[in-house]
Amino acid sequence: MPSLKDLKNRIGSVKNTRKITKAMQMVAAAKLRRAQEAAEAARPYAERMNAVMAALAGSVGGSDGAPRLLAGTGAEQTHLLVVMTSERGLCGGFNSTIVRLVRARANELIRQGRTVKILTVGKKGREQLRRDMGHLMVGHVDLSEVKRMGYDTAQKVARDVLDRFDAGEFDVATIFYNRFQSVIVQIPTAHQVIPAKVAEGADVSAVYDYEPGEEAILAELLPRNLATQIFAALLENGASEQGARMSAMDNATRNAGDMINKLTIQYNRSRQASITKELIEIISGAEAL
Amino acid sequence: MADTIQFDLVSPERRLASVQALEVRIPGAEGDLTAMPGHAPLITTLRPGVLTVVSETGSAEYTVTGGFAEINAGSVTVLAERGLPSAEVSPAIYAEMLAEIRAAAAVAAPGSPADTAAKLVADMEALGAQIGQ
Repeated sequence: MPSLKDLKNRIGSVKNTRKITKAMQMVAAAKLRRAQEAAEAARPYAERMNAVMAALAGSVGGSDGAPRLLAGTGAEQTHLLVVMTSERGLCGGFNSTIVRLVRARANELIRQGRTVKILTVGKKGREQLRRDMGHLMVGHVDLSEVKRMGYDTAQKVARDVLDRFDAGEFDVATIFYNRFQSVIVQIPTAHQVIPAKVAEGADVSAVYDYEPGEEAILAELLPRNLATQIFAALLENGASEQGARMSAMDNATRNAGDMINKLTIQYNRSRQASITKELIEIISGAEAL
Repeated sequence: MADTIQFDLVSPERRLASVQALEVRIPGAEGDLTAMPGHAPLITTLRPGVLTVVSETGSAEYTVTGGFAEINAGSVTVLAERGLPSAEVSPAIYAEMLAEIRAAAAVAAPGSPADTAAKLVADMEALGAQIGQ
Protein backbone atom coordinates (compact mmCIF):
# COMPACT_ATOMS: atom_id res chain seq x y z
CA MET A 1 0.00 0.00 0.00
CA PRO A 2 1.63 3.23 -1.12
CA SER A 3 1.78 6.01 1.42
CA LEU A 4 -0.24 9.19 1.07
CA LYS A 5 2.88 11.10 0.14
CA ASP A 6 3.70 8.62 -2.64
CA LEU A 7 0.22 8.87 -4.06
CA LYS A 8 0.34 12.64 -4.03
CA ASN A 9 3.65 12.63 -5.91
CA ARG A 10 2.28 10.14 -8.37
CA ILE A 11 -0.78 12.27 -9.08
CA GLY A 12 1.45 15.28 -9.57
CA SER A 13 3.64 13.50 -12.10
CA VAL A 14 0.71 12.12 -14.07
CA LYS A 15 -0.75 15.62 -14.20
CA ASN A 16 2.50 16.90 -15.68
CA THR A 17 2.51 14.12 -18.23
CA ARG A 18 -1.03 15.02 -19.19
CA LYS A 19 -0.01 18.61 -19.75
CA ILE A 20 2.78 17.50 -22.07
CA THR A 21 0.66 15.11 -24.11
CA LYS A 22 -2.06 17.72 -24.35
CA ALA A 23 0.44 20.25 -25.69
CA MET A 24 1.84 17.72 -28.16
CA GLN A 25 -1.65 16.98 -29.39
CA MET A 26 -2.32 20.62 -30.06
CA VAL A 27 1.00 21.10 -31.83
CA ALA A 28 0.28 18.04 -33.96
CA ALA A 29 -3.16 19.41 -34.80
CA ALA A 30 -1.65 22.67 -36.01
CA LYS A 31 1.04 20.87 -37.99
CA LEU A 32 -1.52 18.50 -39.44
CA ARG A 33 -3.47 21.38 -40.88
CA ARG A 34 -0.36 22.75 -42.50
CA ALA A 35 0.64 19.35 -43.82
CA GLN A 36 -2.80 18.83 -45.30
CA GLU A 37 -2.68 22.21 -46.99
CA ALA A 38 0.71 21.35 -48.46
CA ALA A 39 -0.61 18.04 -49.75
CA GLU A 40 -3.62 19.83 -51.18
CA ALA A 41 -1.47 22.46 -52.89
CA ALA A 42 0.75 19.85 -54.50
CA ARG A 43 -2.17 17.99 -56.03
CA PRO A 44 -2.71 20.01 -59.27
CA TYR A 45 0.88 19.43 -60.37
CA ALA A 46 0.75 15.71 -59.68
CA GLU A 47 -2.58 15.39 -61.45
CA ARG A 48 -1.43 17.17 -64.61
CA MET A 49 1.81 15.21 -64.54
CA ASN A 50 -0.09 11.96 -64.30
CA ALA A 51 -2.43 12.91 -67.11
CA VAL A 52 0.41 13.81 -69.47
CA MET A 53 2.38 10.75 -68.45
CA ALA A 54 -0.59 8.52 -69.13
CA ALA A 55 -1.08 10.08 -72.54
CA LEU A 56 2.59 9.70 -73.43
CA ALA A 57 2.96 6.21 -72.05
CA GLY A 58 -0.12 5.17 -73.97
CA SER A 59 1.47 6.09 -77.27
CA VAL A 60 5.11 5.22 -76.57
CA GLY A 61 4.82 2.47 -73.98
CA GLY A 62 4.32 -0.39 -76.38
CA SER A 63 7.26 0.36 -78.62
CA ASP A 64 10.73 -1.07 -78.19
CA GLY A 65 12.35 2.30 -77.75
CA ALA A 66 10.52 3.01 -74.50
CA PRO A 67 12.85 4.35 -71.80
CA ARG A 68 13.99 1.91 -69.15
CA LEU A 69 12.29 3.89 -66.40
CA LEU A 70 8.99 3.03 -68.04
CA ALA A 71 9.64 -0.35 -69.57
CA GLY A 72 11.88 -1.70 -66.81
CA THR A 73 15.16 -3.49 -67.19
CA GLY A 74 13.48 -6.65 -68.36
CA ALA A 75 14.35 -8.41 -65.12
CA GLU A 76 12.64 -8.50 -61.76
CA GLN A 77 15.48 -9.90 -59.77
CA THR A 78 16.50 -7.09 -57.48
CA HIS A 79 13.93 -5.06 -55.64
CA LEU A 80 14.57 -1.76 -53.96
CA LEU A 81 12.18 -0.92 -51.15
CA VAL A 82 12.09 2.76 -50.29
CA VAL A 83 10.73 2.99 -46.76
CA MET A 84 9.39 6.36 -45.71
CA THR A 85 8.89 6.85 -42.00
CA SER A 86 9.04 9.69 -39.53
CA GLU A 87 12.01 11.22 -37.78
CA ARG A 88 10.32 11.24 -34.40
CA GLY A 89 8.42 8.78 -32.32
CA LEU A 90 5.35 9.20 -30.14
CA CYS A 91 3.01 8.84 -33.05
CA GLY A 92 1.21 5.63 -32.23
CA GLY A 93 1.46 2.83 -34.73
CA PHE A 94 2.47 5.10 -37.58
CA ASN A 95 5.96 3.71 -38.13
CA SER A 96 5.18 0.17 -37.07
CA THR A 97 2.44 -0.26 -39.67
CA ILE A 98 4.79 0.75 -42.48
CA VAL A 99 7.58 -1.43 -41.15
CA ARG A 100 5.23 -4.38 -40.83
CA LEU A 101 4.18 -4.00 -44.46
CA VAL A 102 7.81 -3.70 -45.58
CA ARG A 103 8.82 -6.73 -43.58
CA ALA A 104 6.01 -8.83 -45.06
CA ARG A 105 6.92 -7.74 -48.58
CA ALA A 106 10.64 -8.28 -48.06
CA ASN A 107 10.13 -11.76 -46.66
CA GLU A 108 7.82 -12.66 -49.51
CA LEU A 109 10.35 -11.48 -52.08
CA ILE A 110 13.17 -13.34 -50.38
CA ARG A 111 11.07 -16.50 -50.37
CA GLN A 112 10.66 -16.09 -54.11
CA GLY A 113 14.42 -16.00 -54.40
CA ARG A 114 14.70 -12.31 -55.21
CA THR A 115 17.29 -9.92 -53.91
CA VAL A 116 15.96 -7.22 -51.63
CA LYS A 117 17.58 -3.88 -50.94
CA ILE A 118 16.19 -1.34 -48.53
CA LEU A 119 16.58 2.41 -48.66
CA THR A 120 15.20 4.16 -45.62
CA VAL A 121 13.92 7.71 -45.51
CA GLY A 122 13.41 8.90 -41.96
CA LYS A 123 15.09 7.64 -38.83
CA LYS A 124 12.40 5.58 -37.17
CA GLY A 125 12.01 3.06 -39.94
CA ARG A 126 15.73 2.44 -40.03
CA GLU A 127 15.83 1.85 -36.30
CA GLN A 128 13.04 -0.68 -36.46
CA LEU A 129 14.32 -2.50 -39.51
CA ARG A 130 17.96 -2.54 -38.50
CA ARG A 131 17.51 -5.43 -36.11
CA ASP A 132 16.49 -8.11 -38.57
CA MET A 133 16.98 -6.51 -41.99
CA GLY A 134 20.11 -4.50 -41.33
CA HIS A 135 22.12 -6.50 -43.84
CA LEU A 136 19.69 -5.55 -46.63
CA MET A 137 20.02 -1.82 -46.14
CA VAL A 138 21.84 0.06 -48.83
CA GLY A 139 21.28 3.63 -47.77
CA HIS A 140 19.50 6.14 -45.65
CA VAL A 141 18.18 9.62 -46.29
CA ASP A 142 18.19 11.77 -43.22
CA LEU A 143 15.28 14.16 -42.84
CA SER A 144 16.02 15.48 -39.38
CA GLU A 145 17.35 18.74 -40.82
CA VAL A 146 14.28 19.26 -42.95
CA LYS A 147 12.02 21.81 -41.34
CA ARG A 148 9.39 21.98 -44.03
CA MET A 149 8.92 19.25 -46.59
CA GLY A 150 9.88 20.84 -49.88
CA TYR A 151 10.19 19.61 -53.42
CA ASP A 152 13.98 19.80 -53.19
CA THR A 153 13.89 17.08 -50.52
CA ALA A 154 11.91 14.84 -52.84
CA GLN A 155 14.35 15.61 -55.63
CA LYS A 156 17.20 14.56 -53.41
CA VAL A 157 15.56 11.22 -52.69
CA ALA A 158 14.66 10.79 -56.35
CA ARG A 159 18.22 11.52 -57.41
CA ASP A 160 19.51 8.94 -54.99
CA VAL A 161 17.10 6.35 -56.37
CA LEU A 162 17.86 7.27 -59.99
CA ASP A 163 21.60 7.09 -59.47
CA ARG A 164 21.21 3.62 -58.07
CA PHE A 165 18.98 2.66 -60.98
CA ASP A 166 21.46 4.00 -63.53
CA ALA A 167 24.20 2.06 -61.77
CA GLY A 168 22.13 -1.06 -62.25
CA GLU A 169 21.69 -1.71 -58.56
CA PHE A 170 18.05 -2.77 -58.83
CA ASP A 171 15.30 -3.60 -61.30
CA VAL A 172 12.14 -2.66 -59.47
CA ALA A 173 11.58 0.13 -56.96
CA THR A 174 8.65 0.39 -54.62
CA ILE A 175 7.94 3.18 -52.19
CA PHE A 176 6.26 2.55 -48.85
CA TYR A 177 4.38 5.27 -47.05
CA ASN A 178 1.23 5.91 -45.09
CA ARG A 179 -1.61 7.32 -47.11
CA PHE A 180 -3.59 9.86 -45.16
CA GLN A 181 -7.27 9.10 -44.98
CA SER A 182 -8.31 10.73 -41.73
CA VAL A 183 -6.83 11.57 -38.37
CA ILE A 184 -7.68 8.09 -37.18
CA VAL A 185 -7.06 6.10 -40.34
CA GLN A 186 -3.75 6.00 -42.20
CA ILE A 187 -3.30 3.30 -44.77
CA PRO A 188 0.18 1.84 -45.21
CA THR A 189 0.68 1.78 -48.95
CA ALA A 190 3.15 0.21 -51.32
CA HIS A 191 3.50 1.92 -54.67
CA GLN A 192 5.74 0.80 -57.48
CA VAL A 193 7.60 3.70 -59.09
CA ILE A 194 10.17 1.96 -61.29
CA PRO A 195 9.20 0.77 -63.82
CA ALA A 196 6.62 3.51 -63.74
CA LYS A 197 3.02 2.41 -63.43
CA VAL A 198 0.75 4.79 -65.24
CA ALA A 199 -3.00 4.83 -65.46
CA GLU A 200 -4.20 3.09 -68.57
CA GLY A 201 -7.07 4.12 -70.75
CA ALA A 202 -5.97 7.63 -71.59
CA ASP A 203 -7.76 8.70 -74.71
CA VAL A 204 -6.25 12.15 -75.15
CA SER A 205 -2.96 10.91 -76.52
CA ALA A 206 -3.86 11.00 -80.16
CA VAL A 207 -4.64 14.68 -80.40
CA TYR A 208 -1.44 16.20 -79.06
CA ASP A 209 1.57 17.38 -80.97
CA TYR A 210 4.82 16.78 -79.16
CA GLU A 211 7.80 19.05 -79.28
CA PRO A 212 10.47 17.64 -79.24
CA GLY A 213 9.39 14.05 -79.99
CA GLU A 214 7.34 11.87 -77.70
CA GLU A 215 10.31 9.80 -76.64
CA ALA A 216 12.39 12.85 -75.78
CA ILE A 217 9.63 14.34 -73.68
CA LEU A 218 9.01 11.05 -71.98
CA ALA A 219 12.70 10.65 -71.19
CA GLU A 220 12.71 14.05 -69.58
CA LEU A 221 9.44 13.55 -67.79
CA LEU A 222 10.08 10.18 -66.19
CA PRO A 223 12.69 11.35 -63.67
CA ARG A 224 10.45 14.31 -62.84
CA ASN A 225 7.52 12.01 -62.44
CA LEU A 226 9.51 9.96 -59.97
CA ALA A 227 10.37 13.06 -57.94
CA THR A 228 6.73 14.13 -58.06
CA GLN A 229 5.53 10.77 -56.82
CA ILE A 230 8.07 10.74 -54.04
CA PHE A 231 7.11 14.27 -53.13
CA ALA A 232 3.43 13.33 -52.99
CA ALA A 233 4.27 10.30 -50.85
CA LEU A 234 6.38 12.40 -48.49
CA LEU A 235 3.58 14.90 -48.09
CA GLU A 236 1.00 12.18 -47.47
CA ASN A 237 3.37 10.68 -44.97
CA GLY A 238 3.83 14.02 -43.25
CA ALA A 239 0.09 14.51 -42.88
CA SER A 240 -0.32 10.91 -41.71
CA GLU A 241 2.42 11.31 -39.14
CA GLN A 242 0.80 14.36 -37.61
CA GLY A 243 -2.60 12.71 -37.71
CA ALA A 244 -1.28 9.60 -36.02
CA ARG A 245 0.53 11.66 -33.42
CA MET A 246 -2.56 13.71 -32.77
CA SER A 247 -4.74 10.69 -32.09
CA ALA A 248 -2.01 8.95 -30.10
CA MET A 249 -1.58 12.02 -27.91
CA ASP A 250 -5.33 12.41 -27.58
CA ASN A 251 -5.47 8.86 -26.25
CA ALA A 252 -2.56 9.50 -23.93
CA THR A 253 -4.21 12.62 -22.56
CA ARG A 254 -7.43 10.73 -21.93
CA ASN A 255 -5.59 7.85 -20.27
CA ALA A 256 -3.72 10.27 -18.05
CA GLY A 257 -7.06 11.80 -17.04
CA ASP A 258 -8.45 8.37 -16.15
CA MET A 259 -5.36 7.58 -14.19
CA ILE A 260 -5.56 10.82 -12.24
CA ASN A 261 -9.18 10.04 -11.33
CA LYS A 262 -8.26 6.57 -10.18
CA LEU A 263 -5.29 7.76 -8.17
CA THR A 264 -7.33 10.56 -6.60
CA ILE A 265 -9.96 8.06 -5.44
CA GLN A 266 -7.23 5.85 -4.04
CA TYR A 267 -5.65 8.84 -2.33
CA ASN A 268 -8.95 9.92 -0.76
CA ARG A 269 -9.72 6.39 0.38
CA SER A 270 -6.39 5.86 2.07
CA ARG A 271 -6.64 9.29 3.68
CA GLN A 272 -10.07 8.38 5.02
CA ALA A 273 -8.75 4.99 6.15
CA SER A 274 -5.96 6.58 8.12
CA ILE A 275 -8.40 9.00 9.78
CA THR A 276 -10.71 6.14 10.70
CA LYS A 277 -7.79 4.17 12.02
CA GLU A 278 -6.69 7.03 14.24
CA LEU A 279 -10.23 7.48 15.56
CA ILE A 280 -10.48 3.79 16.38
CA GLU A 281 -7.18 3.95 18.17
CA ILE A 282 -8.29 6.96 20.25
CA ILE A 283 -11.68 5.43 21.07
CA SER A 284 -10.30 2.02 21.97
CA GLY A 285 -7.58 3.74 24.00
CA ALA A 286 -10.28 5.68 25.92
CA GLU A 287 -12.33 2.53 26.48
CA ALA A 288 -9.36 0.69 27.92
CA LEU A 289 -9.04 3.19 30.68
CA MET B 1 -14.87 40.51 -74.59
CA ALA B 2 -11.88 39.16 -76.43
CA ASP B 3 -11.21 35.45 -76.58
CA THR B 4 -9.20 34.24 -73.64
CA ILE B 5 -7.56 31.03 -72.56
CA GLN B 6 -7.27 29.65 -69.08
CA PHE B 7 -3.64 29.88 -68.02
CA ASP B 8 -2.27 27.90 -65.07
CA LEU B 9 1.27 27.96 -63.81
CA VAL B 10 1.82 25.11 -61.40
CA SER B 11 4.90 24.23 -59.40
CA PRO B 12 5.24 20.97 -57.49
CA GLU B 13 4.48 22.76 -54.27
CA ARG B 14 1.62 25.01 -55.22
CA ARG B 15 -0.35 26.74 -57.95
CA LEU B 16 1.49 29.94 -58.76
CA ALA B 17 -0.93 31.58 -61.11
CA SER B 18 -4.32 30.97 -62.61
CA VAL B 19 -5.65 33.67 -64.89
CA GLN B 20 -7.60 34.25 -68.07
CA ALA B 21 -4.99 35.23 -70.63
CA LEU B 22 -5.11 36.68 -74.11
CA GLU B 23 -1.82 35.11 -75.05
CA VAL B 24 1.03 33.26 -73.38
CA ARG B 25 4.59 33.40 -74.64
CA ILE B 26 6.41 30.21 -73.73
CA PRO B 27 10.13 29.47 -73.88
CA GLY B 28 9.86 26.06 -75.52
CA ALA B 29 12.82 23.71 -75.71
CA GLU B 30 12.91 24.09 -79.49
CA GLY B 31 12.18 27.79 -79.60
CA ASP B 32 9.76 30.32 -78.22
CA LEU B 33 6.14 30.02 -79.05
CA THR B 34 3.02 31.99 -78.36
CA ALA B 35 -0.16 30.26 -77.39
CA MET B 36 -3.39 32.03 -78.20
CA PRO B 37 -6.99 30.88 -78.02
CA GLY B 38 -7.61 28.03 -80.43
CA HIS B 39 -4.01 26.81 -80.46
CA ALA B 40 -3.56 23.25 -81.67
CA PRO B 41 -3.02 20.76 -78.83
CA LEU B 42 0.67 20.62 -78.05
CA ILE B 43 2.95 19.36 -75.33
CA THR B 44 6.41 20.83 -75.19
CA THR B 45 9.26 20.86 -72.73
CA LEU B 46 10.63 24.16 -71.53
CA ARG B 47 14.08 25.63 -71.46
CA PRO B 48 15.13 28.13 -68.81
CA GLY B 49 13.61 31.41 -69.83
CA VAL B 50 10.98 34.02 -69.30
CA LEU B 51 7.35 33.19 -69.71
CA THR B 52 5.07 36.09 -70.47
CA VAL B 53 1.34 36.10 -69.84
CA VAL B 54 -0.70 38.81 -71.47
CA SER B 55 -4.13 39.30 -69.97
CA GLU B 56 -6.66 42.08 -70.24
CA THR B 57 -5.28 43.75 -67.17
CA GLY B 58 -1.70 43.78 -68.38
CA SER B 59 1.13 41.34 -68.75
CA ALA B 60 3.07 39.36 -66.19
CA GLU B 61 6.44 37.72 -66.51
CA TYR B 62 7.55 34.54 -64.85
CA THR B 63 11.00 33.04 -64.78
CA VAL B 64 10.97 29.28 -65.25
CA THR B 65 13.88 26.88 -65.24
CA GLY B 66 12.38 23.86 -66.90
CA GLY B 67 9.35 21.65 -66.92
CA PHE B 68 6.75 21.37 -69.62
CA ALA B 69 3.70 23.05 -71.03
CA GLU B 70 0.45 21.54 -72.14
CA ILE B 71 -1.46 23.63 -74.62
CA ASN B 72 -5.07 23.14 -75.63
CA ALA B 73 -7.49 25.23 -77.59
CA GLY B 74 -8.90 26.63 -74.37
CA SER B 75 -6.18 26.27 -71.80
CA VAL B 76 -2.45 26.46 -71.19
CA THR B 77 -0.98 24.58 -68.26
CA VAL B 78 2.67 25.08 -67.45
CA LEU B 79 4.27 22.69 -65.03
CA ALA B 80 7.50 24.29 -63.91
CA GLU B 81 9.97 22.88 -61.43
CA ARG B 82 10.83 26.40 -60.44
CA GLY B 83 8.71 29.32 -61.35
CA LEU B 84 8.90 32.82 -59.94
CA PRO B 85 7.53 36.19 -60.96
CA SER B 86 10.50 37.76 -62.74
CA ALA B 87 10.43 40.75 -60.41
CA GLU B 88 11.15 38.47 -57.50
CA VAL B 89 14.26 36.95 -59.00
CA SER B 90 17.05 38.55 -57.01
CA PRO B 91 20.71 38.17 -57.96
CA ALA B 92 21.03 35.65 -55.14
CA ILE B 93 18.20 33.49 -56.46
CA TYR B 94 19.54 33.76 -59.99
CA ALA B 95 23.00 32.74 -58.82
CA GLU B 96 21.45 29.77 -57.06
CA MET B 97 19.55 28.72 -60.20
CA LEU B 98 22.66 29.08 -62.30
CA ALA B 99 24.75 27.09 -59.85
CA GLU B 100 22.09 24.39 -59.81
CA ILE B 101 22.09 24.11 -63.59
CA ARG B 102 25.87 24.15 -63.76
CA ALA B 103 26.07 21.43 -61.15
CA ALA B 104 23.55 19.39 -63.11
CA ALA B 105 25.55 19.95 -66.28
CA ALA B 106 28.76 18.94 -64.58
CA VAL B 107 27.36 15.56 -63.60
CA ALA B 108 25.30 15.13 -66.76
CA ALA B 109 24.42 11.48 -67.07
CA PRO B 110 26.82 9.58 -69.26
CA GLY B 111 25.19 8.95 -72.57
CA SER B 112 23.37 12.23 -72.71
CA PRO B 113 25.07 14.48 -75.20
CA ALA B 114 27.35 16.98 -73.53
CA ASP B 115 25.98 19.81 -75.62
CA THR B 116 22.54 19.32 -74.08
CA ALA B 117 23.94 20.27 -70.72
CA ALA B 118 25.98 23.06 -72.25
CA LYS B 119 22.87 24.38 -73.94
CA LEU B 120 21.07 24.44 -70.62
CA VAL B 121 23.82 26.55 -69.10
CA ALA B 122 23.79 28.84 -72.10
CA ASP B 123 20.02 29.17 -71.89
CA MET B 124 20.31 30.00 -68.23
CA GLU B 125 22.91 32.66 -68.91
CA ALA B 126 20.76 34.11 -71.66
CA LEU B 127 17.90 34.20 -69.21
CA GLY B 128 20.09 36.12 -66.80
CA ALA B 129 20.86 38.69 -69.44
CA GLN B 130 17.19 38.98 -70.27
CA ILE B 131 16.05 39.73 -66.76
CA GLY B 132 18.97 42.01 -66.13
CA GLN B 133 21.09 40.07 -63.72
